Amino acid sequence: MSETREAEQPVTAVSAGSAHHRRTWGDLPTVLRRGIVLVALLGAWQLSTLFMTGAQAQLMRGPLEVGEAIVDGFARGDLVDATLTTLRILLLSMAIGIVVAALLTTFAMWSKLGDDILNLLTAMINPLPAIALLPLAMIWIGLNTTALVVIIANAVIWPLAINVSTGFRTVNPTLLAVGRNIGLSGWRLVRGVYLPAALPHIVSGIKTGWAFGWRTIIAAELVFGVAGEGGGLGYFINYARFFNRTEDMFAGIVTIMIIGIAFDLLFSLLERKTVIKWGMKTA
Amino acid sequence: MTTNTSHAGSTQSASGAGTPLLSVQHAKIGYVVNRETHVAVGDVSFEVRQGEKIMLLGPSGCGKSTLLKAVAGFLGLFDGQIRLAGRETLKPGPDRAVVFQEFDQLFPWKTVRDNIVHPQRVIGRARSEAERRSDEYLELMKLTQAADRYPHQLSGGMKQRVAIARALALDPMILLMDEPFGALDAQTRSRLQRELIDVAARTNVTLLFVTHSIQEAVYVGDRVVVLGNAPSTVQEVVDVSALDDPSTLEFTSTQEHLRSLLAIDDDELGNLAFE
Repeated sequence: MSETREAEQPVTAVSAGSAHHRRTWGDLPTVLRRGIVLVALLGAWQLSTLFMTGAQAQLMRGPLEVGEAIVDGFARGDLVDATLTTLRILLLSMAIGIVVAALLTTFAMWSKLGDDILNLLTAMINPLPAIALLPLAMIWIGLNTTALVVIIANAVIWPLAINVSTGFRTVNPTLLAVGRNIGLSGWRLVRGVYLPAALPHIVSGIKTGWAFGWRTIIAAELVFGVAGEGGGLGYFINYARFFNRTEDMFAGIVTIMIIGIAFDLLFSLLERKTVIKWGMKTA
Repeated sequence: MTTNTSHAGSTQSASGAGTPLLSVQHAKIGYVVNRETHVAVGDVSFEVRQGEKIMLLGPSGCGKSTLLKAVAGFLGLFDGQIRLAGRETLKPGPDRAVVFQEFDQLFPWKTVRDNIVHPQRVIGRARSEAERRSDEYLELMKLTQAADRYPHQLSGGMKQRVAIARALALDPMILLMDEPFGALDAQTRSRLQRELIDVAARTNVTLLFVTHSIQEAVYVGDRVVVLGNAPSTVQEVVDVSALDDPSTLEFTSTQEHLRSLLAIDDDELGNLAFE
């Protein structure tokens, strides 16, 4: 690999100056470039497993086996159940987080004191990884879904609230004047101007909230998994470790990655169809 | 109704009716900043008749935009009264549609057409009627080609055209314009001035227009209300209804007269134009 690259270097330098432009890596379409890198990485991963023996091989699985484990997991149903459990708890927590964040934002918009409280709380709680509250939540609430929901909702609320209140606060005053000029006031002004104008901030708040929530719920489930409460993907991974099913541990991890990527794509799509299309955010 | 009689002096008027459409009486307007009161408009009275184009001209900081905001209902008065068709203008409303100077006065999440349709829906018009009128004003403002674009895809001049179309489609009793062409380049600016005169003639809209450009005031307006420095009062009301050709001697001499009223020499005028 390295020899060919060195050999290529002078050629590239010459071709850059000459009229005959040689196709370089950067000229390929992004999808193709990323696809090639992905295949190369998976290949390297698969190759590395071939050279492992004994105990090492026991603890490692290649992409093919992991893919098989994922298919099996979905066929058996336990990986589906784990995924759905995690998503259900996360969506419930996010819904609660959104409601609380909306209330906090309203309070912060409504009064200077509310604004101070929101800013101070966010500054204090944001640097604290939400998972650090889990032990307390466990002894206060118990080993149940409620404790999980409380922890995840907490992880979601603060980034969301601070983004939404920033969005509301920075709405272009001319747009508000136009809204009032055509006769909007109160809730109609919020729906007609504040919400759409703050949409870039709202979407980015939901994105950050989701990212925090997703990381926190997996971590929380790993701890809960030890405690024995049946459930989500974190539990699935821990359970696989308990029974020494390495391929299932990998299957859980890869599932988490795939869902993370899927949600990121979903949010990107949402942004492309709204705020980017409207020129309110650059791509 | 007001007890005031019509302003004497000017001979031209679209309707010539006795009662003014808009009457500003002894308006005193300002801001309170850090418990300190700043009076921008000291004591201003003037009247606008149906179909007239009134220009508010004055040096920067004289409170002409403040006065327009008070007419629009965004600001309260310290003293005096502003009445539109006999009713005090205490709240903003679509009967006084405003065109602002800022290009970003359009809702970026709506297409050009929807920017014109939506405000009409807000004031309670049926969708079909709102769409019909929107098409009408799109054509009047030469925007038909751009109807399905989003505001960020338009030039500054196009955005201001949309804002004018949106305001006119509401059938306001009076159209308020706050230096609408102030941020445009000279060429676009004079083109839009011509278009506005044309559209105003076709729609017979009553216009209250804030500007710091003497040329614009004389060219676009029927009468120019000249304000002095803050706290401002009316220096003079100048009839410019007959002046629409900048190459005539009368046009230039009226410009000279307004320049002397504003008590500024040419150097300062240069600065003024960029403020």
